Amino acid sequence: MADKIATREAYGNALAELGEKYDIVVLDADLAEATKTLTFKKKFPERHFDCGIAEGNMMAVAAGIASTGKIPFASSFAMFAAGRAFEQVRNCIGYPHLNVKIGATHAGISVGEDGATHQCNEDIALMRTIPGMVILNPADGLEAKAAVEAAILHDGPVYLRFGRYAVPYLYDEANYKFEIGKGIKLAEGSDVTIVATGLMVHIALEAKELLAAEGISAEVINIHTIKPLDVEMITESAKKTGAVVTAEEHNIIGGLGGAVCEALAGTCPVPVVRVGVEDKFGKSGKVPALLEEYGLTAANIAAKAKAAIALKK
Amino acid sequence: MEQAKFSMLTEKAREIRLGAVEAVFSASSGHPGGSLSIADILSYLYFEEMNVDPADPKKADRDRFVLSKGHTAPALYATLAARGYFDKALLKTLRQVDSILQGHPDMKHIPGVDMSTGSLGLGISAACGMALSAKASKDDYRVYTIVGDGESEEGQVWEAAMFAAHYKLDNLCAFIDWNGLQIDGKITDVMNPTPLDEKFAAFGWNVIVIDAHDFDQIEAACKAARECKGKPTAIIAKSVKGKGVSFMENQAGWHGKAPNKEQYEQAVAELTASV
Repeated sequence: MADKIATREAYGNALAELGEKYDIVVLDADLAEATKTLTFKKKFPERHFDCGIAEGNMMAVAAGIASTGKIPFASSFAMFAAGRAFEQVRNCIGYPHLNVKIGATHAGISVGEDGATHQCNEDIALMRTIPGMVILNPADGLEAKAAVEAAILHDGPVYLRFGRYAVPYLYDEANYKFEIGKGIKLAEGSDVTIVATGLMVHIALEAKELLAAEGISAEVINIHTIKPLDVEMITESAKKTGAVVTAEEHNIIGGLGGAVCEALAGTCPVPVVRVGVEDKFGKSGKVPALLEEYGLTAANIAAKAKAAIALKK
Repeated sequence: MEQAKFSMLTEKAREIRLGAVEAVFSASSGHPGGSLSIADILSYLYFEEMNVDPADPKKADRDRFVLSKGHTAPALYATLAARGYFDKALLKTLRQVDSILQGHPDMKHIPGVDMSTGSLGLGISAACGMALSAKASKDDYRVYTIVGDGESEEGQVWEAAMFAAHYKLDNLCAFIDWNGLQIDGKITDVMNPTPLDEKFAAFGWNVIVIDAHDFDQIEAACKAARECKGKPTAIIAKSVKGKGVSFMENQAGWHGKAPNKEQYEQAVAELTASV
């Protein structure tokens, strides 16, 4: 096994593997090669339907398919799945609570060279506002596969967020358990809690090491389910450490950071500092350069952790 | 068409119109014009054409219906009540806070509603999904939808039109309610979507143009749709908005307005008297 894989690739592999076990149907909007649903198509051509470049229609088609009892995965880039087709997802899938799975790839600025029009830093915020929508944002290849299976087994709409950029494997298959709505504590700590999601999880682990070198003990939580949020785990950790940093490849408005602030305001109001795209559009560039430019780095998480600690009463 | 069937369909259409007008009057809001224009089509679909069972609204092999022009829910609700899906007394509760009868069709709570609709352009796509699903699993149920002529200004209608033809969804039959009016006026003045017949034909559909208030023509078109293989069918149904209530007929102003008591009584009198 390679030591890195893009979660979109893990998504395609999972569809192809789980297609043997479950009666899933896959829809794509002329991006099968990029979203990796092509992997499923090669194996199950009779269950893969290209909808062409018409994402709004695709989402409503998925709703119609789900209403007949099948489980459709509708795939496109996050920009078009959550952005272009927001209203179809809201009215055709969310409102009737239909069993549609939205496989949104190329989320966040790690799309890279294609630039701002394709870098969706708003999808979590959009999807969070739809009642009953489950939002999964896996951190590695293993978690991505687990998320796909959990989505199949969950009765209701699920938004799955995948990235284009390869990320390291974080987990051993033998010791890994995925449960929708349950955070995973990756490191125990006492001075500050880092709550991270997706691509930022492995970077948060690097930040923990930087902080440790300065004698600061950071707890690290991987939130693969943004909705429903594991408020209990985050609250317990906030009570212990008294300061929180969130880290996500998304606008700091409305995403994981927003969700954590909303939750802690009601359960344990401690300082929360958000790391993410700071209400800006993306731009073209190599992914490492973009992560650096937008502050999606271990150094910035560590700096923000210290800022959060300084805000403690 | 034999006389008995014609009389039955006529009576059911009358019941649908009366129910729709009663519902809108009771709610003091809603969309009577486009409800009255599709009453005859709904009568034919639910009392003659479709394989449905009010005692088992979710039966797997039923024909599906999607009201893509979801704002004309009063006509659909009146049809479902007439067909026995729920008590007719419910129609008076339309749009009330404790009623299941939402302003637009809600599949989660209303027996017989196959898809939640209301946002224009989405229903025809959902109908495509149902028809594709039937094809994929070799089920032989059919899918019917009614799309507004104004609704066809939505780009998504044409995404769906492309999709249905591409996947040869000959189990899909879309009525286009061609009443010629939308909220802001004549469709040809607001944003001309015509010629609808030529557009659907160009998109690869089997196209039939009929009078939406003639049961013989509706029946012939449904039969032709069933017999057409390899293409979805669009039935462009020339209708009268507000059909059956003299002061509502061909008036854009009655698109989304409830009658007052005096107007309601006149509407009931006219609908009851008509043959």
